[in-house]
Amino acid sequence: MTIERMTPPELLSLNKFNVDEQEPHIVLDKKICAGCEDKPCLFVCPAVLYKLDKTGDLTFDYAGCLECGTCRVMCKDKGIKKWVYPRGTFGVSFRHG
Amino acid sequence: MSETEKFDAIIIGAGPAGSACAYTLAKAGRSVLVIERADTPGAKNVSGGRLYSYALEMVDPGLCEDAALERKVTHEQIMMISRDKAISIDYFNPDFNRTDNVPHSYTILRAKFDEWFAGKAEESGAMVICGVKVDDLIVRDGKVVGVIAGEDEMLADVVVAADGVNSFIARKAGLVKEISSHDVGVGVKETIELSSKTIEERFNLKEGEGTARVIMGCTEGIPGGGFLYTNKDSISLGAVFFPEQVAKHGKSVHEIFQNLKMHPAIHPLIDGGETVEYGGHLVSEAGYRGLSETLYREGFLVIGEAAGFVINTGATIRGMDLAILSGLAAARAIIGEEDSSKVGPAYVKELNCTILPSMKAVVGYKNLLETPTLHKSYPNLAADVFGQLFTVGGHVPESMKRSVPRLIKANGLSLWQLVKDGIMGFKAV
Repeated sequence: MTIERMTPPELLSLNKFNVDEQEPHIVLDKKICAGCEDKPCLFVCPAVLYKLDKTGDLTFDYAGCLECGTCRVMCKDKGIKKWVYPRGTFGVSFRHG
Repeated sequence: MSETEKFDAIIIGAGPAGSACAYTLAKAGRSVLVIERADTPGAKNVSGGRLYSYALEMVDPGLCEDAALERKVTHEQIMMISRDKAISIDYFNPDFNRTDNVPHSYTILRAKFDEWFAGKAEESGAMVICGVKVDDLIVRDGKVVGVIAGEDEMLADVVVAADGVNSFIARKAGLVKEISSHDVGVGVKETIELSSKTIEERFNLKEGEGTARVIMGCTEGIPGGGFLYTNKDSISLGAVFFPEQVAKHGKSVHEIFQNLKMHPAIHPLIDGGETVEYGGHLVSEAGYRGLSETLYREGFLVIGEAAGFVINTGATIRGMDLAILSGLAAARAIIGEEDSSKVGPAYVKELNCTILPSMKAVVGYKNLLETPTLHKSYPNLAADVFGQLFTVGGHVPESMKRSVPRLIKANGLSLWQLVKDGIMGFKAV
């Protein structure tokens, strides 16, 4: 295999996830996020799950979360209104770590 | 589980800290329950990673022998990257690999290692349940007496929080402050499979030997650095960044890390391999100054990264060995004290023998590692000076006396800055 630059979705597709469809473990208050100028979450999330859509609004998908907690610590205006670990057995399962 | 069942200790989290604690307690005949939120121990955990083996030997001599380890580290390397250039230092120490001695450190992969260690605790008599997340603590008359997980309540004389850097449980107990954005690093890592033969050829290793490399100058000036560890048949390549500066820099940690992966001095080492996993981890970088004033309350102890036990000197990055030592310290305190109000102070006394003085001794390194020039200007300057040293052409070479001051200036530095940083660096270490 040739090692190449990989996009976040390509990298995340290698990991094992069991997504909790019923209960998101991270919930945003998008109104607060809209008013946040710096949006550190766009840059610090290893999985790049925080993105801006065409209209400049913040989009977020908890499905590929690596559960590191960096966004929670960096979130300035507390637009992240809920950040807990996924319920038992849900979320990412590292096979190597 | 019924209300009447009561354990001597409940440990939250089956990482190195939790398993060291559970193993020691179970061996001493205590009833121990370990609760892990992942499906199997280690499946939520990411490290660089390298384990300094003395810690396992302190738990039980000989424990290293059948541990799930990758390679014994015989080659310690520091690499400095500047644009497309690189300088490498290789420190080879055969003493790290003497057969009559326990090797100094091993590369490890957490999914395998943590599962092995939790298994050892289980063999010794601890009960380990996986796939269960602890939601809260049960507190009666100011004393922690158990945990709540979903609808279940479980009771114990002592609850030990070994739930990692985010430690929601220690915060629920009112012990650990919210982590400050100044005091963390964010790590990303790819695990790249490559045959053991290829790894040994590329890194000049004998069978079973390994390389641990720290990489400077690969973070676009953001405080942080890269790492590369050789496992049995994979390579762990990653980087750690101070996220506050990342946010100001305006480029994602993913993108900067991908640039490192494709760097002309790194890519040939991993090419032909296959990336099999992508991980991320928050690292506490606060060191001794960031430790919580109290690491216990009645019926409750905090151990491992949840307590902030991490040492980063740039060359040595320690978390798992400290985690294991703190788990051992907690177990010794629990075994040694019948009176529950004395367990906490006994734990701190144990910590004062090893971990706390070690962390205090390197308290200045944080200032050094945060020096902005260290991550860009100095690697660039070093590469320029080396370029001058090694380049030969038909022209008359410029004397180093002239070229070095010129290169210092060209990299936005001054002699004065070098002296200042030198003094600061000396003071820091």
